[in-house]
Amino acid sequence: MSTIDYQEKIPNNVNLGEDRTLKRALENWQPNYLNWWQDMGPDGSHGFDVYLRTAVSVDPQGWAQFGHVKMPDYRWGIFLNPAEQERKIHFGDHKGEAAWQEVPGEYRANLRRIIVTQGDTEPASVEQQRHLGLTAPSQYDLRNLFQVNVEEGRHLWAMVYLLHKYFGRDGREEGEALLERRSGQQDNPRILQAFNEPTPDWLSFYMFTYFTDRDGKFQLCALAESSFDPLARTTKFMLTEEAHHMFVGESGVSRVIQRTCQVMNDLKTDDPAKIRAAGVIDLQTIQRYINFHFSVTIDLFGADESSNAATFYTTGLKGRYEEGKRTDDHVLKNDSYKVLEVRNGQLVEKEVPMLNALNEVLRDDYIKDSIGGVERWNKVIEKAGIPFRLSVPHKAFHRNIGSLSGARVSPQGQVVSQAEWDANVDKWLPSVGDRQFVASLMGRVTDAGKFANWIAPPVMGINRQPVDFEYVRFN
Amino acid sequence: MNAATTSDRVDYQTNPSLYRHWTLSFDGSIATLSADFDENAGLRPGYKLKLNSYDLGVDIELNDAINRIRFEHPEVRTVVVTSLKDKVFCSGANIFMLGVSSHAWKVNFCKFTNETRNGLEDSSKHSGLKFLAAVNGACAGGGYELALACDEILLVDDRSSAVSLPEVPLLGVLPGTGGLTRVTDKRHVRHDLADIFCTTTEGVRGQKAKDWRLVDEIAKPAVFAQKVKERALQLAEQSDRPADGKGVALTPISRTIEANALRYKHVTIEIDRAARTATFTVKAPEGVQPSSIKEIEEAGANWYPLELARELEDAILSMRTNELDIGIWLLKTSGDAAAVLAMDKVLLDNQHHWLVRETIGLLRRTFSRLDVSSRSLFALIEKGSCFAGSFLEFALACDRTYHLMLPDDADTPTITVADVNFGLYPMATGESRIGRRFYNEQPALEAVRAKAGQTLDADAAIAVGLVTSNPDDIDWDDEVRIAIEERVAMSPDALTGMEANLRFNGEENMFTRIFGRLTAWQNWIFQRPNAVGDKGALKVYGKGEKAQFDWNRV
Repeated sequence: MSTIDYQEKIPNNVNLGEDRTLKRALENWQPNYLNWWQDMGPDGSHGFDVYLRTAVSVDPQGWAQFGHVKMPDYRWGIFLNPAEQERKIHFGDHKGEAAWQEVPGEYRANLRRIIVTQGDTEPASVEQQRHLGLTAPSQYDLRNLFQVNVEEGRHLWAMVYLLHKYFGRDGREEGEALLERRSGQQDNPRILQAFNEPTPDWLSFYMFTYFTDRDGKFQLCALAESSFDPLARTTKFMLTEEAHHMFVGESGVSRVIQRTCQVMNDLKTDDPAKIRAAGVIDLQTIQRYINFHFSVTIDLFGADESSNAATFYTTGLKGRYEEGKRTDDHVLKNDSYKVLEVRNGQLVEKEVPMLNALNEVLRDDYIKDSIGGVERWNKVIEKAGIPFRLSVPHKAFHRNIGSLSGARVSPQGQVVSQAEWDANVDKWLPSVGDRQFVASLMGRVTDAGKFANWIAPPVMGINRQPVDFEYVRFN
Repeated sequence: MNAATTSDRVDYQTNPSLYRHWTLSFDGSIATLSADFDENAGLRPGYKLKLNSYDLGVDIELNDAINRIRFEHPEVRTVVVTSLKDKVFCSGANIFMLGVSSHAWKVNFCKFTNETRNGLEDSSKHSGLKFLAAVNGACAGGGYELALACDEILLVDDRSSAVSLPEVPLLGVLPGTGGLTRVTDKRHVRHDLADIFCTTTEGVRGQKAKDWRLVDEIAKPAVFAQKVKERALQLAEQSDRPADGKGVALTPISRTIEANALRYKHVTIEIDRAARTATFTVKAPEGVQPSSIKEIEEAGANWYPLELARELEDAILSMRTNELDIGIWLLKTSGDAAAVLAMDKVLLDNQHHWLVRETIGLLRRTFSRLDVSSRSLFALIEKGSCFAGSFLEFALACDRTYHLMLPDDADTPTITVADVNFGLYPMATGESRIGRRFYNEQPALEAVRAKAGQTLDADAAIAVGLVTSNPDDIDWDDEVRIAIEERVAMSPDALTGMEANLRFNGEENMFTRIFGRLTAWQNWIFQRPNAVGDKGALKVYGKGEKAQFDWNRV
């Protein structure tokens, strides 16, 4: 069951060969997908041989096989975690009933919306990152970018499979639309605004994969609890791939910090101007990038009080992070949760019904999880003996959704006036100058084992290969 | 129930400097009315106006804004209705507001929003003010109904913005401001496609929305603004509103609110709480009145007919909203009938001038508000009254008319039928109230027309069927008192239903269907446990609970 059928045009572990209608639908979609990849996939990369992992089975040990492939030939396919026998719904009004193997008609619209919104982020991030290959700081990093890109592509496949198999003609139309929207295109944008912003440089890319792909992880974790079993199974498998993306982000930022600290110690300076002059990124700028990406990402969890969130939970469409490990009643009707709002110039807590606060619950879980990596970055700074600490900004900082939307709050959590905000915004968020400076450092390094000046090499290579392994053959 | 305390009163008077929800801007022949509802400025506590969702307060501003465009900006030919919020045009009536509102509040709210939307179509038809819905984001429920009331709908084709009527699948109720009726009667959407549209929460977007006739045109975001301008200018070409008209500033009306009275310059309402009646007295113009356009323009907002219409509108709206248990409105007039007829002559002689036309329009829509008010309306024609011409409409709008007969008195009260009664103030049905009264039967109408211009005492009036009863001074007090006491004792619900049935007795049109269906279907559904029971769809919306329905079809 879990073995992937590579004899098929579309690798899969879902017996696609026996479902002729679905197979035909997906085979019709596949050329459009490949056209999209040709048009919107990584710029100028189609002839490269890239050392990529490809899933061969969904078993814990066997889902990754490494080898050089041209990306357009990557075996994108459909892999679901094995079905759990007699899985039961474990939260919401349907708790205790058998998990759904088909979409219940009354939840069709909401489920489709959830899947389309999730699906839309996958090609969007590929589009956002498509020019980064031209300024990769090393072959190693370029390969990691491409790995992230092909896996986002596969995640799109996963969502399109669900749309095609379970949502009929509407689903097929949505599947086409996923290939037609374009990140940042005014007439034809991606659904979520964060996925219409450019990823202009590699520091942004690492921040994005650390912070924003972690949002993906939490969304996928919540969907992995879904009563709609095919959605739960496919998102579970996507999570195994998402882990690598966050690794790329965390280690990327860590290596930038490591290199900066090394230069600071070499020059015995903490003056940002001198540090910049030496061609590395000062820690203050890194902090501002953290502030930006963290705040933009936590907006993705949605409004702090949300009727949709309540509906999705109660109807069993979307659970909480690690729903199964929680010990409450998994119905939550009598519970409450505290959310923040600005009242009389102060941030104050307000108690609201738990069901309506589930976006905030997931956001808070995310925040706890994302702080871990920042602490590991601080260890790098500490080890270099430099008295500087990075941190994530306050939850209320630079928010654009929910009750905190537009509130002027400092990264430390103080409500400030518009004038104070204007006076400090360049200390808190990357300025045009910061972005120009980071952009000025970006330049392509293609020799195996060589790294751009602004970033340290990794400790070890991919799949236990050496760091100077030829990860990308440019041909 | 007692009168609303001062702080609870709903006030229909506002002006742009007080707006919290709309911004109004002007560019030559085009006005832009932009929705940017302040979510923290709901009229009542307990809900936030998120995503451009509205409550009565938002619609009070909308009504005010449209009136200001009508009167203060004669150069405007097209009104573009759009949104300043990102990706949201308008998401309709605020559901949490509906959830916490009494049934009476919901019905009154829906009635007013209906009147405002019908008013857009009324202005388009009668005075050349065109409306373009520039739908630049999600457009759901009442948001789409607002768009439907415009002459044209232009939808942004950004792959996400959809028009929708999700009331049935999401809330277990019907669209409350003519949504279903306009989708069929006005836009001629095929009924099976309409069935899909009205049961699909996410709505329909892009080309399909155009193909199904849900919108007139779609445009990509990059060309949307351009397209809006283009369409607005094309609509403007169909209008004859003058480029060089001199607008009339709608200065605040003069009004005193007392515990048991509302006093305006020309209208007084006195409330008898024990009797549950309110007496409206409308005073005829006094002294020299403007007769030329120049004089009318100089008088501006103080011109009697305009001032009267504004006062009357405020009075009706205020009484409907703030005095729920005052079940009978007694309509009286006072003053010189000749002055009313002189006013009518000025209105008729100048009816093609934009300002006069707008004033007639406001009077027409205000008389129409009487027709759909859920109160028993009795006219009392007594000494010193002036039910002539335009003022006769007050009597014609009533469920019953009592006309005092003083056989031995040269001063016996009279009424006068005039030209204006035969078509200047059509009801929502499109017919005159006299036409409605006689089912448009020609012999009856001709008999009345033969009396036009004459003063008719009660006996003469009853002979041609213009009044209900002609008691003499011996019978008057008792007959009127008993009629009123009898009336206020009856079930207010049954009376509302009966009166609407009898008032709208002729042919149906889109407007009567909108009101009628709202009254019949929606108000039934709004009362049913499936909507408003503890587990009803409207009650549990947004709480993450599932509605529980009684599956029996009724």
